[in-house]
Amino acid sequence: MIRFALQGILGRKLRTALTAIGVVLGVALVSGTYVLTDSISSAFDSIFTENYKNTDAAITGKSAIDLSQDEAAGGVAPPFDQSLLAKVQALPEAGVAEGGVFGEAQLIGKDGKTIVFGGAPNLAFSVTPDRPEFNTLALVSGAWPAPGEVVIDTQTAEKKGFQAGETIGVQARGPIQRMRISGLVEFGQVSSIGGATLAGFDLPTAQRLMDKEGKLDQILVAKKDGVSEQQLIDAIQKVLPEGTQVRTAEDQATADAEGTSGFLDFFRTFLLVFAGIALFVGSFVIANSLSITIAQRTREFATLRTLGASRRQVLSSVVLEALVTGLLASVVGLFLGLGIATGLFRVFDAAGLTLPNNGLVFSTRTVIVALIVGVLVTLLASLRPAWRATRVPPIAAVREGATLAPTRFHRFRPVGAALLAIAGVALVVVGLFVDGLSTTTVLSSLGVGVLLIFIGIALFSSRLVRPLAAFSNPVARWSVLILTVLAWPFFSLPYWLLRRGVWGPGSSGRRTAGFVLGAVLNPVLLLIVLIMAVRRRAGSWQPEWPADFPGVLPDRPATEIGGQNSKRDPHRTASTAAALMIGLALVTLVATLGAGIIKPFEDAVDRIFSGDYAITAQNNFSPLPPAVAQAAAAAPGVTSVSSVRGGQAQAFGETIFITAVDSQAAGVLSFDWQAGSQDVLGQLRADGAVVDETYAKDHNLQLGSSLPLQTAGGKTLPLKVAGIFKPPAGGSPFGNVTISTTSFDATNPQPLNVYSFASMQGGVTAANTAALEQALATFPNAKAQTREQFKDAQSDGIRGLLNVLYVLLALSVVVSLFGIVNTLVLTVFERTRELGMLRAIGLTRRQVKRMIRHESVITALIGAVIGILLGLGLALLLAARLDEVSFAVPTGQLIIFAAVSVVVGIFAAIWPARRASRLNPLEALQYE
Amino acid sequence: MEGYSEGTTSVVRAEDLVRVYGAGDTEVRALRGVSVDIAPGQLTAVMGPSGSGKSTLMHILAGLDKPTTGSVKIDGTDITTLGDDALTRLRRKHIGFIFQFFNLLPMLTARDNVLLPLSIAGQKPDEEYFTDLIDRVGLADRLTHRPAELSGGQQQRVAIARALVSRPTVIFADEPTGNLDSRTSGEILELIRASVDKYGQTTVMVTHDAKAAAMADRVLFLADGEIVKETGKTSQHEILRIIDTLDLS
Repeated sequence: MIRFALQGILGRKLRTALTAIGVVLGVALVSGTYVLTDSISSAFDSIFTENYKNTDAAITGKSAIDLSQDEAAGGVAPPFDQSLLAKVQALPEAGVAEGGVFGEAQLIGKDGKTIVFGGAPNLAFSVTPDRPEFNTLALVSGAWPAPGEVVIDTQTAEKKGFQAGETIGVQARGPIQRMRISGLVEFGQVSSIGGATLAGFDLPTAQRLMDKEGKLDQILVAKKDGVSEQQLIDAIQKVLPEGTQVRTAEDQATADAEGTSGFLDFFRTFLLVFAGIALFVGSFVIANSLSITIAQRTREFATLRTLGASRRQVLSSVVLEALVTGLLASVVGLFLGLGIATGLFRVFDAAGLTLPNNGLVFSTRTVIVALIVGVLVTLLASLRPAWRATRVPPIAAVREGATLAPTRFHRFRPVGAALLAIAGVALVVVGLFVDGLSTTTVLSSLGVGVLLIFIGIALFSSRLVRPLAAFSNPVARWSVLILTVLAWPFFSLPYWLLRRGVWGPGSSGRRTAGFVLGAVLNPVLLLIVLIMAVRRRAGSWQPEWPADFPGVLPDRPATEIGGQNSKRDPHRTASTAAALMIGLALVTLVATLGAGIIKPFEDAVDRIFSGDYAITAQNNFSPLPPAVAQAAAAAPGVTSVSSVRGGQAQAFGETIFITAVDSQAAGVLSFDWQAGSQDVLGQLRADGAVVDETYAKDHNLQLGSSLPLQTAGGKTLPLKVAGIFKPPAGGSPFGNVTISTTSFDATNPQPLNVYSFASMQGGVTAANTAALEQALATFPNAKAQTREQFKDAQSDGIRGLLNVLYVLLALSVVVSLFGIVNTLVLTVFERTRELGMLRAIGLTRRQVKRMIRHESVITALIGAVIGILLGLGLALLLAARLDEVSFAVPTGQLIIFAAVSVVVGIFAAIWPARRASRLNPLEALQYE
Repeated sequence: MEGYSEGTTSVVRAEDLVRVYGAGDTEVRALRGVSVDIAPGQLTAVMGPSGSGKSTLMHILAGLDKPTTGSVKIDGTDITTLGDDALTRLRRKHIGFIFQFFNLLPMLTARDNVLLPLSIAGQKPDEEYFTDLIDRVGLADRLTHRPAELSGGQQQRVAIARALVSRPTVIFADEPTGNLDSRTSGEILELIRASVDKYGQTTVMVTHDAKAAAMADRVLFLADGEIVKETGKTSQHEILRIIDTLDLS
């Protein structure tokens, strides 16, 4: 039986390959994800370890509150006094000790704009020229900076055309300064991390630029010979003032890496979810292909049974075949994953987000997980078809046209499917609406619920095929007509002209003219036709020329039969469509949620922000120093400027995001007050606080309640609640607690604005825009935007994320495309005799192709309709639960998705239709 | 109608057909120079044992296969030089088929199956002729049934109606009774005979059934790729005797 199974695979190479594509792509994404994240992680590890290779202990500032995330990013922990350095250097255990500062500094390009790659930060470091071994940056060329000089990273230099010796504009917390570039540096061994720009200065220059005169962010210490690391740490511990901490170099590297490894874990899980989706879709394709193949092999199994094979042997031969297919597919997918990882590195690089990469890391874990997942998915998908194969009775061997008998559970199938879907909906509802579940429980009940819904609907949808096919039939005809008309001038016409040009008929003058026109309209086809000409000359291929002038009108008779064919085997059509349904349901869900987030966000901006202009960083989210707002306020025509500061603080034992507003706020910001009034905003003073509704409810706060707030600086503010507001549904720009700028600045050494809003005489005008831009000219990182521009810029991030999701979901749509190809190829194979008859009684090759294309498009549309409705339903559930999301149907996008489905149908049909049209009617008639 | 060329009385004319499959050692000469004229309004039977080349001859006459050398003219058009599309269009207009395994489309009703050739060619049925045809083949009360709901004989009646519906120049029937019991076979043969008599439908029938050949106006006997004997209307007994003497069984 083993040999029988293996020969089954060899004998059906093509079908096996088609079946396996779903698994190959899914496994490739799994393995690609691991390779990518492992490689990034190993590169980061080496960077962080490298940073401390000559260090034994690191002293850093310690925030009064837990800021582990931000601390790793470098610098929210407050700096400490420089005097500590002398104390540490004086310790007998300490060898060398160097102090440093870091933060952000923008480099200004030759066009006068801040240099930003993607949304990456602009990092700044102090460097010690005479102790390069302590430097975070590695010198690539030139020299370390003298006072007033700067070193920049090689990427910035290369992409923006800077060389050592030139001057470059640098801006940290003050105005721009022109500095001479003394040399080029890299971060560890990579030219860049995530597109961040790097700037290095000598310590005094760095301190001055970053407003940290007399302060340090970090002291690195090397021990004296003969002293243990622990002895050094203990010694340092004794001289440490309040607000500082010491760690071994190793611990410090780990702490630094924490932020990135947290992000990488998220990134990995995120990508794996999509790999899982692709595999799930792939399992539908496998199950469906195997079912069809097994139905076609009925006589073969029956013959085996008459020869004495037991049901068990039939079962194991099918399962074994699946197992081997799964294994082969997984191995191919595993290596394809290396390609995917390389490709993703390139993509991010092209997008300006260079990821650190010290070579691909292909770990054993990757191999094991990829193989197990791939084989398991294939195996599970094969169980039902394999079990069906065992139901073939031996008598089928001698009966003409024997089919699989319906199983005894057949009549329960719709009920079972419906129950499965209902159970899935119930799980989703429980996950969403039952309070007090842990995040893991919520996520797993949502995941399993959606999975059950998909399976249930896929099984049930065979009941929907007839009505949906009837509905899709005219839609398919019209959409294909429209697409054909659109593609006609670029594909059909040039193809015809080119072929005619090469092979005639017609006068040579007209043929040449047509050939040239065709080549201009589509140069790619020129290449294809030339290859055809070469093959023809070589005698290896005989084309069917001349071809008819390409028409666009739908072929009624051909589409009529195609439409009938799509209804022939509802189970087959349904399970083929189900694969596409999953992808489309998820894409619709994403699009609907995206629209549901963006729209209320824009509403919220309109409601809250009554100023004319918003002032933000070039990348739309980096906080800006208060000097920017002051410059804007000085512009002619500005009536008021109000800024919102942002930061973290601790209250009631937890870290929260807080904001601060100034006395002008009442004029440009409007709150939806539940208690208190707009006037409160201008009168917060030293102890007033405004809190949002939920926070007030959670902590039982009323007007006048006391709210002790511990700031990052370590001071506790004795606040009183002066107002309670209802944050807008689209996301609030305000923290849980909003205090006055005065009290915020009093406890934050380096306050930053998250938004500034300006109102101007005459509102938004070209002159006003110019005046504001003029005022901001000294701050290249700041830009003024109108309210509309601000809304677009702020929702761009969400749109970008949506696009990433679309790209990842596109993979499962591709898998389902192969599913349709697979079904069609198997169907063509099965209907060989029928196709022969149709050709004999007068169906042309082109009509055969259109017939199959129509069936394919209808199948795709059935998947699209169910998928879109399902996606909308899931989005409705989520929107009902999440306050931040409203339910908005993105009609335009849904039409695009439906059109994409039609294109998927057309593409899936290309190859099967070619095969079908090439069938010799004679062979078809003799085919048994 | 373009009509027949001057002085011809045949609708199908084949000249010196040779068909060779394979090359070298595996070369098979299925036809070794067959010339035949099919007269209009006649039922012609082609008989011969398996491997005699009778199926190959029919496929070439119907434009489904191409001869290695020789020519076939249908209604005056040389079909051996036509491209696939032109040949397909010629089949629509001039040729009807009746198959051994009926070859109906399972998802279409009997009515739609009968009308399929017209539908493919984008033509409207002539209602009067269609009604008459359906009556004649005895399907009036079966038109809404699908093939799976019909007996073998009924399915073959649908197939015959399908071949007749476009009033083709010639119908080729490939072992039309090969898959039917003897009583049903008789009925089907009567029907084919009747369509020749009533509509003047030129028909070529390939068969190895002497009873079927006895219904024909003319019988061609093929052996080893050559026409070895030709008779006019002959009794079943006589046909069996000829087969016996030619050692064609």
